[in-house]
Amino acid sequence: MKFLLSLYLSAAALPWGGLDHEEFLATAGQAGELISAHVFADPSLGAVVRARDGVVTVTEGPYPQTPDHVVGQYVVDCESRERAVELAALIPSGQVGGVEVRPLMDSAGMEM
Amino acid sequence: MSTTERLGDLLRELAPQVLGVLLRRYGGFEECEDAVQEAMLAAATRWPADGVPDSPRAWLVTVASRRLVDQVRSEQARRRREVSAAVREAPDAAVAPAPGEEGPGGRDDTLALLFLCCHPALTPASQVALTLRAVGGLTTAEVARAFLVPEATMAPRISRAKQRIKAVGASFEMPGDQERAERLDALLHVLYLVFNEGYIASSGPDLHRGELTAEAIRLTRTVHRSLPDDGEVAGLLALMLLTDARRAARTGPDGALVPLAEQDRNRWDAALIEEGTALVTGAMSSSPLGPYHLQAAIAALHVQAPRAEDTDWEQIRILYAILGRIAPNPMVTLNHAVAVAMTRGPQAGLDMLESLDGDPRIARHHRLHAVRAHLQELAGEHAAARENYRLAARRTTSLPEQRYLRDRAEKLER
Repeated sequence: MKFLLSLYLSAAALPWGGLDHEEFLATAGQAGELISAHVFADPSLGAVVRARDGVVTVTEGPYPQTPDHVVGQYVVDCESRERAVELAALIPSGQVGGVEVRPLMDSAGMEM
Repeated sequence: MSTTERLGDLLRELAPQVLGVLLRRYGGFEECEDAVQEAMLAAATRWPADGVPDSPRAWLVTVASRRLVDQVRSEQARRRREVSAAVREAPDAAVAPAPGEEGPGGRDDTLALLFLCCHPALTPASQVALTLRAVGGLTTAEVARAFLVPEATMAPRISRAKQRIKAVGASFEMPGDQERAERLDALLHVLYLVFNEGYIASSGPDLHRGELTAEAIRLTRTVHRSLPDDGEVAGLLALMLLTDARRAARTGPDGALVPLAEQDRNRWDAALIEEGTALVTGAMSSSPLGPYHLQAAIAALHVQAPRAEDTDWEQIRILYAILGRIAPNPMVTLNHAVAVAMTRGPQAGLDMLESLDGDPRIARHHRLHAVRAHLQELAGEHAAARENYRLAARRTTSLPEQRYLRDRAEKLER
């Protein structure tokens, strides 16, 4: 089962040091659970694209006007939600505000 | 079947036998397994051009042994710059098979290998990956593709599993009688996981994952041939066959899921049903009832009904009651509640579901909401059913299932 681990940080704490999570990377990497890792550039460098009635508008800056931003993401493939939470706990909390563990949808269907 | 497919089948059949020979000669699971993979790759490139050798197995044993010896040699050369006497002798031994190695026994080797790959020291995901590679003869890339992860994720998973086997000192031999039952449970669970992984994904864009069901059935058949009197092995094989028999009917032309009651029964595979049913009946007389055997018996009752309304729900209810006693778990209770609803009315089923609301293993699971919605729909409580279908749709992580549940909720609004 795949999970997205989103690392949140308050805007005040930017810029951020990057994905320096040795214990997490070693654990998930060696167990064959790590799929990808991304460090996000500063939210001010983003743009939001909207289409309304065929008219496209582009707004500079981040989508949510919230005090917290996603600064990086990992995708892991592991046994269970409990295991994903366990892996997220290896990401030192001092460096990020919090880690959201979110399951990803897949194309499997139940047996009926 | 094309020549390439026949060649692939032959290689995969031989892979565990060749690995068995190497393990008995040289030991060292990790190194032997790598050598067999290399020999398989060599065969896959050379045989289509040169033709299949007279004794494919002996060819593979020879090539794999040479690779192993080369590997050991280069490692030793690196470490000590000298070649030990033992390794100097090995190339000769590799050319001529030792007495008994070419005889029957490939099957038992396969079983012993399965026991090794499903060692309790490994996580289920590692057991599955290692089984497919070492026993199923799939490459790391194929295993990765089947589980929709990059090869860079699957490779360390497999190599960690092999190191773990070495670290716990697990050996290539049949477990003793005391350990055997427990180890067989783990082995059957791995085969079940492989089947399920392929089955739930056997529609839409993930068609190639359906190959996993065929692989699981093939491996389970091998185990059944080695242990013909084991009711659980026969039960698992029957369960797989009876489930796979319905494959063509479980999705509509647009890829949407079709529930059992609405499936076109003419599209079920009669040959698989016959084989599966015979296995269930055969095992009935020979061994005590186990969980796989019971689930297969339930599956057999479902497929025996010419129409959904002819289903023998009373018999199914009794079987779920027994299953709930010998292997209690919330999923069994869910299914049991459906059978109770079908025999004693939807309210009796809904009452039974209440016991699950306080069970943290399932209280937030979408299946509980989906079953509750279904029973509420049967009871005519449409507003409540709609809410529960919606809640189930929000909580599932499966896209086709979400679509199905959303459709059910919408139907109740008309």
